[in-house]
Amino acid sequence: MNIQGENKTQNRIYSLLPLWIVVGIFMIGPLLVMAVVSLMESNVYGGVHFKFSLSGYRQILFDTNLFDEIEFNPAYLIIIGRSFMLALVATFISLLIGFPAAYFISRQSNRVKNILIFLVTIPFWTNLLIRTFAWIIILGKGGVIESSFNFFGLLDEESSLNLMYTNSAILIGLVYSYLPLMVLPIYASMEKMDLRLLEAATDLYSNRIELIRKIILPLSMPGIIGGSILVFVPCLGAFIAPDLLGGGKKLLLGSLIQFQFSYARNWPFGAAMAMFLLALVILVLIFNARLNRKHREYASQK
Amino acid sequence: MTLKKVNAIEVKNVTKVYRSSNTETRALRNANLTIYDNEFFTLLGPSGCGKTTLLRLIAGFEDITEGSINLFDQEIVNLPPNKRPVNTVFQQYSLFPHLDVYENVAFGLRRLKKDESLTKKRTMEVLELVQMKDYATRKPNQLSGGQQQRVALARALAPEPKVLLLDEPLSALDLKLRQAMRYELKTLQRETGITFVFVTHDQEEALTMSDRIAVINEGEIQQIGEPEQIYESPSNKFVANFIGEANLLSGFCKTNGENGLCELYTGHSINLFVPSHIKQNDKVTIFIRPERIKIVKSSKDKSQLSISEFTYLGNAATIQLKSNEQIINVNLPIEDLKVFKKGDYVDIEFPKGSAQVID
Repeated sequence: MNIQGENKTQNRIYSLLPLWIVVGIFMIGPLLVMAVVSLMESNVYGGVHFKFSLSGYRQILFDTNLFDEIEFNPAYLIIIGRSFMLALVATFISLLIGFPAAYFISRQSNRVKNILIFLVTIPFWTNLLIRTFAWIIILGKGGVIESSFNFFGLLDEESSLNLMYTNSAILIGLVYSYLPLMVLPIYASMEKMDLRLLEAATDLYSNRIELIRKIILPLSMPGIIGGSILVFVPCLGAFIAPDLLGGGKKLLLGSLIQFQFSYARNWPFGAAMAMFLLALVILVLIFNARLNRKHREYASQK
Repeated sequence: MTLKKVNAIEVKNVTKVYRSSNTETRALRNANLTIYDNEFFTLLGPSGCGKTTLLRLIAGFEDITEGSINLFDQEIVNLPPNKRPVNTVFQQYSLFPHLDVYENVAFGLRRLKKDESLTKKRTMEVLELVQMKDYATRKPNQLSGGQQQRVALARALAPEPKVLLLDEPLSALDLKLRQAMRYELKTLQRETGITFVFVTHDQEEALTMSDRIAVINEGEIQQIGEPEQIYESPSNKFVANFIGEANLLSGFCKTNGENGLCELYTGHSINLFVPSHIKQNDKVTIFIRPERIKIVKSSKDKSQLSISEFTYLGNAATIQLKSNEQIINVNLPIEDLKVFKKGDYVDIEFPKGSAQVID
C-alpha cells in the first residue's frame, strides 16, 4: 500500500480527517448553529422562526417602546460593562493569590510539590454548582462566618453582615471557582525556571524584591498570561456564581444569556449576546497577542 | 615578590555538613586556606570532593556549618550573597534568557544603582574586554557556547568585584575552545588584577593557569602550593596520582636521613632523602614521574624487567614495565621510539632528585 508516496496532499487530508470531524462536530458546528440562531426571529414558545432578522443583535443596543418607536437602551451595555469589570477584578485577585501560591509550591521538595498540586486540583472533582452552594452556607445569614462572628461576640444576634447577594460575594465565588486555573499555568512556568538564575541574580546584588521583579515575574510571564486568559474568559460568561451568590439581583452576561434560552425563550437574542461575548473574548485575545509581540519587539530592540 | 601579600580570602576551620532527613554528608572538613590579592587560585579535585561547596560558601549560596570566611579582613559569613563584593561565573553560565547581552552585563551595575552613563560606559568596557561588543543586542539563546561563556564572564566582571569566583567555567566547552579560553582567562586575570578563585577537576587546566593550587579530596585540603611544587613534590599518594601520571613503587628502607637508601621490590636501589621517622626495614612507597625514569637496553640474564606494553602516541610513547607484580610506567622520549619494542629486556635508572618517599 502506498503510505507516503505519490499523493501526499491526499494522504494528509485523509489522515487528518478524524481530527476535522471532531473539531467540526464539537466546535465549529455548535458555533455555526449559534450564529444561525442569532440571525433568526424568535418564537414565542422557544426555538426559532426560520426567517432572517437582525432583531437579536438590535436588541443588545435598542428597544422598542410602547409606541413602536425604536430607542436606545443602555441596560444590556451596562450588564456587559459590569460583567467585564467583575471578570477583570476576579482575574486580578486570582493573580494576586495565585502567583505567590504557585511560587510557594514551586519551591517545595518534589514530594510536597506533588501533594500540593494534587490539592489544587481537588476542587475539580466535585460539581461547580455544589461547591458554589457550599459558599452560600459559608457566607449566608447565620452561615459559618456570621455564626463564628456571633460566637466571638463581634456581632450581635439580630444584625447581619449582609455578605450574600453582593458583588463581593460574586467575586469570592468567581475567584474560588477559577483560582486553580491561574495557579497551574503559573506553577508550570515557574517549575521550568532554572533556579540557578535566581542564584546568579542574587550574586549580582539583587535583593528579594528585585529578584521577583527582574527575574521571576518576567520568566513566569507566559504562565501569568495563560492563567489570566483561563480565568478571565470563563468569568466573563459565568452564571452559576452570579446567580447563586449574587442572587441574580444584578444581571451579568452569563446569567443574561442563560435566561434568554430558558425562561425568556428569546433564543436569537441569547445567541446574539453569546456571539457578542465571543467577539469580546477574541478582541481581548488579539489585544493580548499584540501586546505580547510589542513587548517582545521592544525587549529585543533595547 | 617584594611586596607584602594582601590576604583576599581567608578560610578558617570551615566545615560544611549537608543534613537531610536521615543522612549527614560532610562536604568539607576543617578547611583552612588563604588566597592572596591578585592571585589566580585554583581549587582542584575530583567531582564531589567539596571544591564547589567551598566556592559556594565564599559566594554565600550555602550556609556555613562551622568556621569563618574573611574577605579582605572582613568577616562575610553572615552576609547574604547580594551583599558580598564577589561575583560568580557559573558552570552553565546561567545567563538571564529574557534579557539581551547588554542587559545581562549591566544587571549587576543596575542593582548597585549606578549612574546610567557610568553603567553604559562600564558595560561597553567589559563587553569590549571579552570581545563581545558586537553582540550587545543579542539574546543568550542566539549565542554559541563560547560566546555565552564570554558574556557570563563580562557579567561577573562588570560590577568590579574584589574577587571573581569561577565554577568550572570551561567544562561545557569543546577542547579547542577550552584551550583558547584558558589563555584568555589567564590574560584577563593579569590585566584586571582581580583575584580569581577557579574551580576545576581538570589538572591540566589547573597547572597551566594557576598561581597557586589547592588540591582537595573527600572534603579535605590535601596540599596547597604552586603548580611546580604540586607536580614535583606531591604531599601524598592522592595528590601524586591525581596530578599527572605517577609511579608509586613499593620497597623498604635501608638507611634513613638526607642521603638515605631504599630498595625496591624490583631489586633496584635508590638514593634519596628518607625522613627520620622511617626506620630500617620499614616499608616505604616511592613516588616517581614516568618521564623522569631513564631506561637502557639489557638482556634476559641481567634484568627481570621487560616491556609488557608499548603505546605509541605520535610525539612520544608510554611503556609499561613488569617485574615481581610491580608495574612501572615510563615515558619514552621521541628519540628512543625506534630503539625499544615490546618484549625487550631493559634496565632502569633513577636520576638524582627524581624520586621521593611518599605517605
